[in-house]
Amino acid sequence: MIQKIKLKRGLDIAINGKAAEVIGSNPQSEIFSVVPDHFAGITPKVVVKEGERVEAGSPVFYNKQCSEMQFVAPVSGEIIAVNRGERRKVLSIDIRADKEQVYKTFEKINLANASADNLKQALLESGLWWCVKQRPYDVIANPAIAPKKVFVSTFDTAPLAPNYEFVAQGKANYLQAAVKAFSIISGKDVEIGLRAGSTSTEFRMLQHAHFTEFEGAHPAGNVGVQIHHIDAVNKGEVVWTINLQDMLIIGKFLCEGIVDMTKVVALTGPEVHEPQYYRVKYGSTASNILRGNIHKEIALRLVCGNVLSGHQINEDEVLSPYTNQITVLEEGADTHELFGWIMPRFDKFSNSNTFLTKILRKVCPKMTFNFDARILGGQRAMIMSGEYEKVLPMDIYVEYLIKAMIAGNIDKMEALGAYEIAPEDVALCEFVCTSKLPLQAIVRKALDNMKSELE
Amino acid sequence: MKFLKDIVDKLKPTFSEGGKLSMFHSVFDGFETFLFVPNSTSKRIGTQIHDAIDSKRTMIMVVLALIPALLFGMYNVGYQHFLAIGQDASFWSTFFFGALAVLPYIVVAYVVGLGIEFTVAQIKGHEIAEGFLVTGILIPLIVPINTPLWMVAVATAFAVIFAKEVFGGTGYNIFNVALITRAFLFFAYPTAMSGDQVWVRTQGTWGWSNGHATVDTFTGATPLGQVGTATESTPLFTDILGNNIGFIDGFLGLIPGSVGETCTLAILLGGMLLMVTGISSWKITLSVFAGGALTALAFNLWGPETAIANLPWYNHLVLGGFAFGAVFMATDPVTAARTETGKWIYGFLIGVIAVVVRVLNPGYPEGMMLAILLMNIFACLIDYYVVQANIKRRLKRATK
Repeated sequence: MIQKIKLKRGLDIAINGKAAEVIGSNPQSEIFSVVPDHFAGITPKVVVKEGERVEAGSPVFYNKQCSEMQFVAPVSGEIIAVNRGERRKVLSIDIRADKEQVYKTFEKINLANASADNLKQALLESGLWWCVKQRPYDVIANPAIAPKKVFVSTFDTAPLAPNYEFVAQGKANYLQAAVKAFSIISGKDVEIGLRAGSTSTEFRMLQHAHFTEFEGAHPAGNVGVQIHHIDAVNKGEVVWTINLQDMLIIGKFLCEGIVDMTKVVALTGPEVHEPQYYRVKYGSTASNILRGNIHKEIALRLVCGNVLSGHQINEDEVLSPYTNQITVLEEGADTHELFGWIMPRFDKFSNSNTFLTKILRKVCPKMTFNFDARILGGQRAMIMSGEYEKVLPMDIYVEYLIKAMIAGNIDKMEALGAYEIAPEDVALCEFVCTSKLPLQAIVRKALDNMKSELE
Repeated sequence: MKFLKDIVDKLKPTFSEGGKLSMFHSVFDGFETFLFVPNSTSKRIGTQIHDAIDSKRTMIMVVLALIPALLFGMYNVGYQHFLAIGQDASFWSTFFFGALAVLPYIVVAYVVGLGIEFTVAQIKGHEIAEGFLVTGILIPLIVPINTPLWMVAVATAFAVIFAKEVFGGTGYNIFNVALITRAFLFFAYPTAMSGDQVWVRTQGTWGWSNGHATVDTFTGATPLGQVGTATESTPLFTDILGNNIGFIDGFLGLIPGSVGETCTLAILLGGMLLMVTGISSWKITLSVFAGGALTALAFNLWGPETAIANLPWYNHLVLGGFAFGAVFMATDPVTAARTETGKWIYGFLIGVIAVVVRVLNPGYPEGMMLAILLMNIFACLIDYYVVQANIKRRLKRATK
């Protein structure tokens, strides 16, 4: 019997532009770039030179703090540039891709008798370790520390998030291999968070897994929320979290011995002509899948990720390897709304009852909105109380945690649950905040600060 | 709209850095954002879209919620005036007399308060916070109608500077700013704040309807004042003509008292708006009423044999500033308890203390102001224990 957890708090944001479940075709890039900055907390040591040839899966740099942790080329081809910035910081390594891709073949792993160390070693070498993230701090996992458990959420509840059931269709064997591998590494069944009511056999038939069902609005699909309810992170403990698509990449590596960093990315948002899915290999730019499919007449905001926890990108920017979704919406800087403080504003979404749309949405739940990127208010000191807690289904006093973070009080952060929190968990709090405080930035800074003080 | 936008755009350079009037940048920004929703967009990192609620809309909701009490208060000032001087007056004369009497207080409170607020924002280079929009309308509603304007000006200045700005401005204050204004008046100018001469305007307003109390039995004391100073133990109170009145008169509010506090019905109308929109916490309002009712009931049953202790519990809720405090003052999110559990405790204790002060302290017929200010101090402590319980839960989980 699978345990079912009902989460009452949360908020689903009704935004236009959900991706249709088809995979569109997009031209492949000629140039692929590996950007060390995509891998937070890493100091890169480059091992390739301009003009050198690499295979897909050959190392291009490793992490100076942990030399076993390699980062590999997503494609085979010729290194055409190692771009450096101030103080010789590595900005990107550009590769001109071959027409015919050659994959470096790794030794296939027999999961039946593989040891935890073997598997860890293989993942570090394959350049796929970045897939493994840890709590506390929400950073790439430290391979030297054994996790208490490994958590995977099989659904994403963020606005316009990709449907992982669609994304994982026909890839059950990859997923199973990855789950098995992590159950060996952690010595425990992998904790799988399921959407209550979903029937996908891909997820429910998994072995070496322990299931928990979650019901409720966003952020029910956030792995952090699920960890909190399944087996919360206490001081001194470490858990690992892996995104579902990253599990598929790892699974493919385990089954076939090749590194194929291709993901199915959802192109979503109100300013997309035909929101749908595309196959994107790490290292290519956003422009490949945007071409011809977005409204160009107005200023646009391109978001890598969802509108809550994603970040703004330029069209020619390389997508991060964690990208599962791109959202396109209006920038909105040239919109001037008169008397916003009193007008009914029927075109605006709000979690506040000061807007009639909150009530209208109850009558007509299918109502969706065209958001733009405006902040819609000035930044103030924290005034309203209880706003954050309403949208975060965790037993954490977010407001007090945030205040401790602003004050830099590490003892307080620890006591109030900072080990359990990642920036994405407070994204909804940031959305609803009347005082427009940059909560995710505050949390990120505080976690980095904590990590450097405590480690 | 285009026309307004053009004006703003034309003026902007003058007030921006390097412009002739750049020293009034914050003020200009205040007016610009008052006209147009700011068009600044999200940073590269962080939430890319935002809820349409902001602090302007929040504060305006409170101002809207205060309108019924304000309009009724204006009418009541006129009503009491004409009652006292023994003249019949039409509805509109009654209302306009009151409106003319109340308006100067609103103007004084806003001019003084916003003046300080603008100046401080300008000095600090901050945006202007909206908190005073609410405070400025609360102040006229909680003073007796005969308070000299200069006193209101002094008290407002004191409260805004020493109860708010020195703490860092809206959002950082410990005490409710409007109540500090009231407390300052109460302790600095006690004769202008209590007794039977301050609640009813018997003179004219701006030379209109000059007169004096012509009725022999005239008493200008509030019902609570009358009961508080009664020598017998039967809690009877009268209107200004000496006719006995009761609960329903207190509820409807055609009785002497501070401008906005008398009509419980109008207050509850505003309260509904605040609670439905979620701007104020229904938990606080409800628990203030519950705390007050239960305490008054306890005094009714077991209290001393004084008139005020015998005042039926339901009368406590509609007389004096109880309802006004419960709906508009106790719920100020900045100075109230901020945890949901804390809100129940905080509100309940306000109700309890307000009635205890009323009943047991012969010097103060009214206890709401002191109860809320006292609980403003304890709000942090209550929250501290609620949060501490969460911390303990977390520690316990770790050692399990």
